[in-house]
Amino acid sequence: MIKTLGTEDTLENAGLSAEEQQLFSNARPRAYEPYPIKAVEDFANWARANSLWILAFGTGCGAIELRPLMTARFDANRFGVAGRPTPRQSSVFVIGGYASVKTLKRIIRSYEQMQGPKFVIALGICPVNGGMYFDSYNTVNRFDQYLPVDLYITGCMPRPEVLVAGIMELQKKIKAGRCDGANRYVENFDWYKANQKKVIKNWDMPDYNW
Amino acid sequence: MTQSTGHSAALDFAQPEPPDLSSGKYVKLWQGPQHPGITGNMSLELVLDGDTIIACKTHVGYLHRGFEKLMERRTFIQNFTVVCRIAVPEPTFNEYLYSHAVEELSGIEVPERAVWLRTMNLEMMRLASFLMWIGGQSGAFGQYTVPNWTLAYRDYVLDLFEEMTGARIYHMYIVPGGVRAGLPDGFEERAREIMKGAEKLLDQIERVMFHNVVFKARSKGLGIITPDMVDPYGIVGPNARACGLARDIRKDEPYLAYDRLDFDTITGNEPDAYGRAYLRLQETRQSISLIRQCLDRAPTDGPFQADMPNVLHWKIPAGETYVKAECTRGEYGYYMVTDGTEFVRRVHVRGPSYTHAIAVMERLAVGTNIADIAGLMVSLHTYPPEIER
Amino acid sequence: MNEILDRLQRNFSISDISVRKPGLVTLKVGKDSAEILIRELRDREGYTHLNFIACIDYIEDGIFTLVYMLHNYASKETLGVHVDIDRESAEMTSIHTLWAQAWTYQRELREMYGINFPGSPRLEEDFCLEGWDQIPPMRREFDTKAFSEERFGHREGRHSEVPRDHMKVELYPNRGGDEE
Repeated sequence: MIKTLGTEDTLENAGLSAEEQQLFSNARPRAYEPYPIKAVEDFANWARANSLWILAFGTGCGAIELRPLMTARFDANRFGVAGRPTPRQSSVFVIGGYASVKTLKRIIRSYEQMQGPKFVIALGICPVNGGMYFDSYNTVNRFDQYLPVDLYITGCMPRPEVLVAGIMELQKKIKAGRCDGANRYVENFDWYKANQKKVIKNWDMPDYNW
Repeated sequence: MTQSTGHSAALDFAQPEPPDLSSGKYVKLWQGPQHPGITGNMSLELVLDGDTIIACKTHVGYLHRGFEKLMERRTFIQNFTVVCRIAVPEPTFNEYLYSHAVEELSGIEVPERAVWLRTMNLEMMRLASFLMWIGGQSGAFGQYTVPNWTLAYRDYVLDLFEEMTGARIYHMYIVPGGVRAGLPDGFEERAREIMKGAEKLLDQIERVMFHNVVFKARSKGLGIITPDMVDPYGIVGPNARACGLARDIRKDEPYLAYDRLDFDTITGNEPDAYGRAYLRLQETRQSISLIRQCLDRAPTDGPFQADMPNVLHWKIPAGETYVKAECTRGEYGYYMVTDGTEFVRRVHVRGPSYTHAIAVMERLAVGTNIADIAGLMVSLHTYPPEIER
Repeated sequence: MNEILDRLQRNFSISDISVRKPGLVTLKVGKDSAEILIRELRDREGYTHLNFIACIDYIEDGIFTLVYMLHNYASKETLGVHVDIDRESAEMTSIHTLWAQAWTYQRELREMYGINFPGSPRLEEDFCLEGWDQIPPMRREFDTKAFSEERFGHREGRHSEVPRDHMKVELYPNRGGDEE
């Protein structure tokens, strides 16, 4: 049985049944602290920037250009980018294009299972303002209402060269210590969660997927 | 690993009894949308008895954008920019079918040069799609050399697309009335060179992949489709041709320039995953030969777009039509109904994966090993975006 | 094709026979005899391939028109069977016993239009939409743009032009009236 915390600072987990409540933790997410010595934090940021492992989850159209990115012509591996099959081992979530409501629920689940520091790259114009599905009843229009985004790469569809440029931009941001999407998520957790629950009507998972 | 149907598919449509999950004998797994063993974004709810699957339910809808509703809100000329995104890995067929349906309903005649350019564009799209599929099929069985080869070589074909149309993936080249532009200078030499390289690559792939002991052992006997399953399940394309049925829309009901091109319908006699894969390899070679024929015979001058009415005020008389084309997966169809206004009344997109990925997959998955499920899914060549549009 | 139509006209009350193009014919049949007609087409006339089952919403007449598109591989002819059903209590006999793929189409139609097919397996399961709490979305009274604005919001800075108004105001301000 997971040890559950006391009454303060816990989550409701209203979507779970009574027996499932015993299986999931109801602790709130925690922000990760930077290292107290600046040199160590810079070294850690350099290490994180040069080993960005992407979660292999093609959420939409944008996934079609992720495959050529890994081949020898554009070669994302030289930046330390590799595709991982599980969120536990990855640090970057690439939102490939539009997010339908059904996929958004799985994106949230996978994102929360990733370990911090974690970053989100939004590909394409659809996460920015809905793109060409701006009037669709099943795709979200502003992705950063639901999860914090660190980098937008616009286009439809963005070419692999643009993706490489975006990765380099993300690396610069991480090394400068300005990539704090995961901490923003924790600090504004209630706001994000309220937005998510507004669109996802069948919330049958814990409030935070550890 | 082997799969037996046991009874005639034509008679048994009843859904099987769900297994008793609380008995402690079975394991329920979700091979969900975030999984490297799924083509695209759909999920399988599997119930396992040891290593063998005894029940499979498919879940789609992760890519549902409501295209048919969106198309009703846009005018005829605005729609062609949207349709290519319905089937993400193979967009050109949507553009062609939409344009063809609109032209049929409004009585526009496409000039000769545009017909040949459209044919070449579609065959190049088939080639690129088959290359990606070959990589997917061998990758599903753990052989990662071949996907790296084919995905890398496919980039050259995407370069050709970029020269021809301006974009790698979503071309928006085939418009109602014709095509958007002619071929640039020097395109023919570059295209021929890339076709030569593709042939050499396919020979190498045949040696590395199809003569490989492990690939043969894993794919032979996997996912057998019997001929009496084909019509009740609506199986089309290479999946049906591998059972021996000679059904190819390019030959049976020719469209574009296919009645003037020289090719045969390829059929196979091994309806398992290996047979289907080999048939698709042969169809890739056929696509290369068709592209070469188009390069030889396409007219190099003349108009590439018909005279169109004022597209901003375009009203098409009431009518309905159904057009279809042979894409890499089979029969792709557009059903369009107009009612005399500026907006289309109803467009229904019939993707081949609609039946392959849901009814056929649930049928074939029963009895396979959990390790082979990814291979089985890829061998049916399903693309989830066209299921839920 | 004409012999088939003659035979069908003798046994069923079909109407609105229309040759859309060479190889494609559509006809309309009443709701009660639709399943028998489709079964006859499949078993005796050779229309063994079901292309799709679609629905057209004629809200102004208060009906849904279901379209069953059947194909005959031997004679390479396609036949579209139109069936009108009432919009308010939309129900149609299920043909899931005729084709093993038909239940998927019926499941989608129930979700998108609200049409009930009694007996069709797994009809209550969600097909594409999860947690949907509005009316079935493909019905014409559902305003998808308004719903998207209200549920998902929008980001400022997006500028849309309606081409006709732009032309009238910006490009041809001196020309009055509609271009036809």
